[in-house]
Amino acid sequence: MPAQETEPLKRTPLYPLHLALGARMVAFAGYQMPVQYPTGILAEHLHTRAAAGLFDVSHMGQLRIEGADPAAALETLVPGDISGLGTARMRYTLLLNEAGGILDDLMVTRLPDSLFVVVNAATQDADLAHLAGHLGPAVKISRLDERALLALQGPMAAAVLERLAGGVVRLPFMSAAEIVLDGQHCLVTRSGYTGEDGFEISLPAAGARAIAELLLAEPEVAPVGLGARDSLRLEAGLCLYGHDIDATTTPVEADLAWTIGKRRRETGGFPGAAIIQQQLAHGTARKRVGLRPDERAPARDGTAILDRAGATSGRVTSGGFAPSLGAPVAMGYVDAVHAVAGTPLALSVRGTARPAQVVSLPFVPHRYYRPDPRPLPFPGNGESGAGPARRAGGAGDAEARAR
Amino acid sequence: MTAVRFSKDHEWVRCDGDVAVIGITDYAQSQLGDVVYVELPEIGRQVEQGGEAAIVESVKAASDVYAPVSGEVVEINDALAADPAKVNADPMGEGWFIKLRLADPHQLDGLMDEAAYQRFVEEQP
Repeated sequence: MPAQETEPLKRTPLYPLHLALGARMVAFAGYQMPVQYPTGILAEHLHTRAAAGLFDVSHMGQLRIEGADPAAALETLVPGDISGLGTARMRYTLLLNEAGGILDDLMVTRLPDSLFVVVNAATQDADLAHLAGHLGPAVKISRLDERALLALQGPMAAAVLERLAGGVVRLPFMSAAEIVLDGQHCLVTRSGYTGEDGFEISLPAAGARAIAELLLAEPEVAPVGLGARDSLRLEAGLCLYGHDIDATTTPVEADLAWTIGKRRRETGGFPGAAIIQQQLAHGTARKRVGLRPDERAPARDGTAILDRAGATSGRVTSGGFAPSLGAPVAMGYVDAVHAVAGTPLALSVRGTARPAQVVSLPFVPHRYYRPDPRPLPFPGNGESGAGPARRAGGAGDAEARAR
Repeated sequence: MTAVRFSKDHEWVRCDGDVAVIGITDYAQSQLGDVVYVELPEIGRQVEQGGEAAIVESVKAASDVYAPVSGEVVEINDALAADPAKVNADPMGEGWFIKLRLADPHQLDGLMDEAAYQRFVEEQP
């Protein structure tokens, strides 16, 4: 038997709290994680859309990259514009292989003296080896194993966190700040994986339970497990690594070309650049799309996607029930000719072709926090000068991470 | 009307003459979580004991529902199409799945009574 089956499951610092809250624990990426609490996935999902949900995402890998120019170093492995990130700004980007396939998706935050990187739990060991193997001795990569990660997500998340740490309410989407919660120094980013406004809070593991309990004591906040985390991200059209994206899919096929900065498109310099530039110019044979079944039967990961004549067009990579819509939704790859909103297709659910339509993503609109339109970049107002504007990603910055 | 019998796959069966009403147990619905879709067989279909009789889907996953006894499907619970949450709210009442005309009443003897099923559930990990 594979050795990994005998390895004991790891626990996050909040494991005892999950048990105390009555969570149902499951194995996920080598960790024992709460899939749901007694209220259930539907209630947790809808609570996050209506108020605020607290998620333990401490299983995810937190890394620090230090060195002379860690942004330039990381750019050799990802297509995102990392050098153009202002201090305390963050970006969703992709670790690519030489074929332009996606090894992982990650969030990169630029700190004054380093990069703070959050990667998927299941890929963190491979990511670390890949980074260490390619970035060379000029940078130092450290795993922040002593830190936990909480996500507070939902339309009331900002009001809740503001009560405990004044000032966060004005933090723009995709930016970071240091705050003190319960005497602990935390790095908070305005980001998430639900499509809602919200925060992710990196904090010392030793203080995690007390801070989680502090947040749960706020009337708007309820604990939310991995089950609702998955249905929330699916409604938001966000990719799950290993399902919607993997080493065989490129950013262009995955409809993640928005993560490739303008400068990077032109100058390349990342793995698979020639292939990706060619795909950007000429398109791809397949594309990730959203699908809405006409009927109520959910189409799960692996379901064949057919054209109306019955020929295979592709495969579902994530699918299930969307609690906010009261209907099933799916994402998957289809032939490029079908990758147009409104295209009628079918999903082969247990051998029956069920009608479905291609729709634009997200299924549920994102509600990220964007302050009023930014001032024009007049010289001298801090936004001017050399280099790209801080939010030059355009539509790209409108998206959150997928992981 | 006879007593309710239970299968190791967490289905229940209640007989009225030669017609058996079938559903999933309270333990099964609690393990599944919120039911969002139920797929039921066509009326007239023959189902075999231990064979697939229906599909029940929660937010997370689809699960098979096995026939605890063999027979012909004579009625299905159409109300579950519009309100699958009845399976969670009232699994042994309004959340029933199908009615079968029993092929072999002796199959009931091999199923558990309520006390035996309770013990069986308590032994589940």
